[in-house]
Amino acid sequence: MTAPVTAKSIGAVSCHVCGLLVSNRFIAEHSPECPRCEAALHSRKSNSLSRTWALLIAAGILYVPANVYPVLTLISFGKSTTNTIMGGVLELAQSGQMVIAVIVFIASVFVPIFKILALLFLVVSVQLGMKVRRRKRALLYRFTEFIGRWSMIDIFMISILIALVKLQALATVTAGPGAIAFAAVVIITMFAAMTFDPRLIWDDERDDNDG
Amino acid sequence: MAFDKDFNYTEDFRACPECDLIHSVPRIKEGEQGRCIRCGALLFVRHKNSLDRSLAFALTGLMFFILANVFPLLTFEMEGQAESNRLIDGAIAFWKAGYWELGIVVFISSVVAPSAVLLVLITLLLPMRLNRSPYSPQMQIRLLAHLKPWAMSEIFILGIIVAFVKLQDFADVSVGLSLFAFVLMVAATVMAYMTLDEEALWSRLKEIRA
Ligand SMILES: [Zn+2]
Ligand SMILES: [Zn+2]
Repeated sequence: MTAPVTAKSIGAVSCHVCGLLVSNRFIAEHSPECPRCEAALHSRKSNSLSRTWALLIAAGILYVPANVYPVLTLISFGKSTTNTIMGGVLELAQSGQMVIAVIVFIASVFVPIFKILALLFLVVSVQLGMKVRRRKRALLYRFTEFIGRWSMIDIFMISILIALVKLQALATVTAGPGAIAFAAVVIITMFAAMTFDPRLIWDDERDDNDG
Repeated sequence: MAFDKDFNYTEDFRACPECDLIHSVPRIKEGEQGRCIRCGALLFVRHKNSLDRSLAFALTGLMFFILANVFPLLTFEMEGQAESNRLIDGAIAFWKAGYWELGIVVFISSVVAPSAVLLVLITLLLPMRLNRSPYSPQMQIRLLAHLKPWAMSEIFILGIIVAFVKLQDFADVSVGLSLFAFVLMVAATVMAYMTLDEEALWSRLKEIRA
C-alpha cells in the first residue's frame, strides 16, 4: 500500500500552461510564477468543486428557458414559423434530413444535458470520496471537455440564417430569446469543465488496484 | 525514480496534467506519443521539423482566412431576389437585432479567436525561424493556451451546413468561394496545432536566447 508519486506528494507544482515541474521551495523563495512561461502556479485549481457547482446550477437553471423559448422565427409570405431548439430538430427530421437532424439533436439536445449530468457526477463522486473507476471517470472528464464546444452549432446556424434571409415580406428570419439562454448554457458549461480539476479524482488514491 | 530533493525546477520529470502522477521524460522517437500510465492522458509527443511545419501551416491558414473574408459564404435566392453573407455578417446581424451578447460571442468564436491563434503562432514561430527571439514568447504561449478553446471555426462549418440544409427546403442556396477557403483554413489550423511540439519550442527558445 504505497501512495503514488505525484507532484503534490514530492512538494512540487506542475505548470498548467507549459508543464514545467517547479518545487514549492523555489516558489516560496522566488515567485509564484512559472520560471519558464510566467503563468501563475497552482497545485490544484482554487475552489474547484464549489465553483463547478455554482456554474452547473446556473447552467441547469438556464437550460429551461433555452429549451422553452423560441430560438428563431421564419416569416415567409405572411406566414410565420417559430422554432425552439427541439422544434428545429423535428423540422429537419420531417423534411427528411435525418443525418443533419441527428447531428443537431446530439449537439444541441444531448450534449448540454449530458455535460451537466457528467460534471455533476464527477463533482459529487469527488466530494463523496469515491474510490472506484478512477480511470473511467478521468475518461468521462476528458470526453466531456472535448464535446462541450460542439453545442455552438445551433448558434452559428441562427447567425447565418438571420444574416442571409432578410428579403422583407418574401422571407425573413429573426432570432428568438431562447438563443441567448442556449448560448449561455454552452459557455457556462465550458467554464464548468475548465474549473473542475481532474486531479481531484486521484488525490486520495493509496494503492494501484482499484482502477 | 530518483529525485534530487532540492531541485528548483526540472525538465527531466513531468507531472500528468490530469492526475498529477510523476513521469520521467522518456526518450521517444519523432512521431511517437507517450501517455500517462495511470489515467491515460497524452503527455509526450515528438514531431519531425515541428516548428517549421507548424509555421508553414499557420501561414497557409492565415492566407485562407483572409480569402474567407473577401468572398460570400452562401448566396440565397428567392423569386429573383438574392442575398449573400460574409463571415462576419452573422455577428453583425445578431448585434443589429439587439442580441449584442450573441454578436460578441459569435464574433469572438468565429472571427477573433481563429485569426488570433494563427497570428500568435506566426509572430512566435517566424522570428524563431530567423534566429531572433519573439516579442514576448512567454506571453504569446500563454495567450495561445487561453485562446484555443474559444476558436470554433470547425463548429462554424457545421453551422453553415445546417443552415444550408434548412434553406434548401424553400429557396435556392449556393455555396460561395469563401466556404472553400474557410474549410482549408480550418484544416491548416488543425495541422498547425497538431505538428506543434511544445518541448521543441522551449528548447529552441533557450538556444536562441543563449
Ligand atoms: Zn509554465
Ligand atoms: Zn495521468
